[in-house]
Amino acid sequence: MTGTVAAIGAGLAVIGAAIGIGMVGGKAMEAIARQPEAVGDIRSNMILMAALVEGAALIAILLSFFVG
Amino acid sequence: MKNFCVLFFLFFFVNVSFAQNHDLKRGDNAKQQLQKVDSHKGHNHALGDHSGHDHGGHDHSGHDHSGHDHSGHDHSGHDHAKSNKKNHQKGAHSDHGHDQGHHSHVNACGDEIHDHSAVFNPGAVAFHHISDHNVYSIGPLQFSLPCILYTHGGGVDFFSSGRFDADYHGIGRKAYNGYVLYEGQVKKILGDFPSGEVELGDHAIYAVETEVDGKKKDKFYTCLNGTKHEIVSKSTLDAGLFGGGITTFTDFSLTKNVVSMLIVCLFLFFMFRSIAKAYKTREGQAPKGVQSLMEPIIVFIQDEVAKPILGDKYMRFLPLLLTLFFFILGLNLFGQVPFFGGSNVTGNLSVTLVLAVIAFVVTNVNGNKDYFKHIFNMPGLPGWVKTIVTPVEFMGMFIKPLTLMLRLFGNITAGHMVIVIFVGLIFIFGQNGANAIAGWGTAIVSTLLTLFMMSIELLVAFIQAYVFTLLTASYIGSAVEEHDDHH
Repeated sequence: MTGTVAAIGAGLAVIGAAIGIGMVGGKAMEAIARQPEAVGDIRSNMILMAALVEGAALIAILLSFFVG
Repeated sequence: MKNFCVLFFLFFFVNVSFAQNHDLKRGDNAKQQLQKVDSHKGHNHALGDHSGHDHGGHDHSGHDHSGHDHSGHDHSGHDHAKSNKKNHQKGAHSDHGHDQGHHSHVNACGDEIHDHSAVFNPGAVAFHHISDHNVYSIGPLQFSLPCILYTHGGGVDFFSSGRFDADYHGIGRKAYNGYVLYEGQVKKILGDFPSGEVELGDHAIYAVETEVDGKKKDKFYTCLNGTKHEIVSKSTLDAGLFGGGITTFTDFSLTKNVVSMLIVCLFLFFMFRSIAKAYKTREGQAPKGVQSLMEPIIVFIQDEVAKPILGDKYMRFLPLLLTLFFFILGLNLFGQVPFFGGSNVTGNLSVTLVLAVIAFVVTNVNGNKDYFKHIFNMPGLPGWVKTIVTPVEFMGMFIKPLTLMLRLFGNITAGHMVIVIFVGLIFIFGQNGANAIAGWGTAIVSTLLTLFMMSIELLVAFIQAYVFTLLTASYIGSAVEEHDDHH
């Protein structure tokens, strides 16, 4: 039973991270379209932000590992 | 397109041969199917080996054993006379090759033993493939590695893992000084056990599902002369996440991961030494050979990561950042090489833990006054807000390296597991060899999926090395940043 709850928790965490990374990616595309000359800066910032969003999801997944 | 076709057939061949090797782990059911499909004579030996260990108490007459090699079977540890009646009855009306029931038998210690590989368990196979081992297996070849094992009060044992005389699954046929090998990993026998080499026989180590604190866990045992000995895993720092104990014995061995790490480090050392030399001898000239391959990557880390984030202090941290980047990238790519051990070094929590601790120490040792002031006493905030902000900032100090550790571990481990599970689909759809057509059909699909996944993983190998370097740089950057009084 605890395993199932942990799996649901991990799934919820992934939904949150997916929305977050999707927004980061989408906004970065918009920014590149507006200012194509700033593509280098925008790309590295996009990856940095995506990595930070991912961090929260990873902690949730790890917690679900320990519980489940 | 031509290249794609060549790659496809290469991977298809590789997938199928992998599948066949794995089928050897399954029951006779799968094997008989395989014998029809597979004309490879070399497999017969292994097939015979397997059929030998559930014969205790069986009536041999009437069974078709043609094609199975009975000579040379080791029945020690199987007590024919003691074999209990229940098992005998089960064996009497089962037909070899069709009934799943005969995969279990009762050994001399009175434990019912299920052939650990009779049922395909995708989760267990995936976890087995991502974990560290004491043997280095490349395809069917097994290379012994030195074992350095320390038991509290028992001293240090130093010997080669070849002493265990491991079979194809990495299960040792012999015990040495109270240590055994199970699925490529050294485990220890608890309690009194004769030291030196002790013959255990084929598949002498077995798991019994036991309930511990309401959770089902596998406990390992071996049976020697009718006495049952419990077997425990090595101590690990992953809090038993991958089945390790906490207070058993410590493994300082040169495991598969350590050997992979040494290979990659030596490779990087000699490569960068020659590149560094080339910059001296060919000063003012255009880069050549490996030098021109590596120069853009080095310049990329310098100009895109170090300079914008660290400002004018970048030269102090550039060596660390480059080392981190190439170490992680090298090991990510080394783990990607199919059939070269598939070592999962950067997907090992202990390795990423050490990398994260390095980032943590460098950040905090180089942290200036402003950095610590912003953590413990954020300027410009009213007192009651500080009581909330300070604990959060303090936790942030540790959460930053923690996510660094988990991100690399998670991404690389997930990549390795997904590939193993795609290959595992062949057995799930092919029903362990019972449905050959579905198995071969899935093999084609699984090959395509594996190819796709491997190209994604190639991208991930670069991205994760870059992200780790970038984040380390930004953490260091926030610690060494000069603050104007803008608060």
